[in-house]
Amino acid sequence: MTPTLQIFLIVSSALFCIGLLAALSRRHAIFILIGIEMMLAAANLNFIAFWRFSPEPHQPTGVMVAIFSIAIAAAEAAVGLALVISVYRHYRTTNVDQFDQLKG
Amino acid sequence: MSAAFVIISILTLAAALAAATLPKLMHAALSFAVAFVGLAAFFFLLGAEFVGLVQIFVYIGAVAVLIVFTILLTRRDVEKDRGFNWSGVVVAIAVFGGLIWAIFKTQSLSVAAPGMSVLTVKHIGEVLMTGYVWPLLCVGLLLTAALVGALILVMEEKR
Repeated sequence: MTPTLQIFLIVSSALFCIGLLAALSRRHAIFILIGIEMMLAAANLNFIAFWRFSPEPHQPTGVMVAIFSIAIAAAEAAVGLALVISVYRHYRTTNVDQFDQLKG
Repeated sequence: MSAAFVIISILTLAAALAAATLPKLMHAALSFAVAFVGLAAFFFLLGAEFVGLVQIFVYIGAVAVLIVFTILLTRRDVEKDRGFNWSGVVVAIAVFGGLIWAIFKTQSLSVAAPGMSVLTVKHIGEVLMTGYVWPLLCVGLLLTAALVGALILVMEEKR
């Protein structure tokens, strides 16, 4: 028996929720970025799975969306990590609970 | 169910869970790389070899290395113990339950894969240069702007 679409969606939603867990419960800025990357990757897996199981897989729409999504995730990671380094220079910490300069 | 699928999904989810919960940042970054290798294996399994290769190049070659460099540059702060926010676990499990419920409720999702011809890189390149040329240009512009912005963010400020 080959895997059905449902099982791929279950795996990708598990990956999404692990990313959500990392983004919500860790207090380290780099962990939050890792969680966001994982959520984006789960969305990519969904795109590829839906493309593969669609009635006409010879049109590479899902593949194209996944490629663009990977490129945008790379840009997001570069800017996010630059922000982490820049904030670390000012506060000498990467704990997001201590970035409270703008708190009202 | 094929054995490859089971092995890859266990590897990917275990590595992702390790990346989300390991206390040491460097271990988490390395298991993040392992999780993305597993995800690329999923793409190979689904017949999207080009996306799998792009995933390996971009995530393991660039993003994981970038994360490791950031960890090393902010190292003085890394070793301290951090609180773990348990409400995040509750939210994540609730979202997972909702997604699983929605997936099992939708009957049309339990389909098998249709037979398909191989998606070649040549075909992807042709589509990228004809139908998707406008998004391709936009992504190129976005990447340039993001990298210039990242450089400006980390430049030393003149006092």
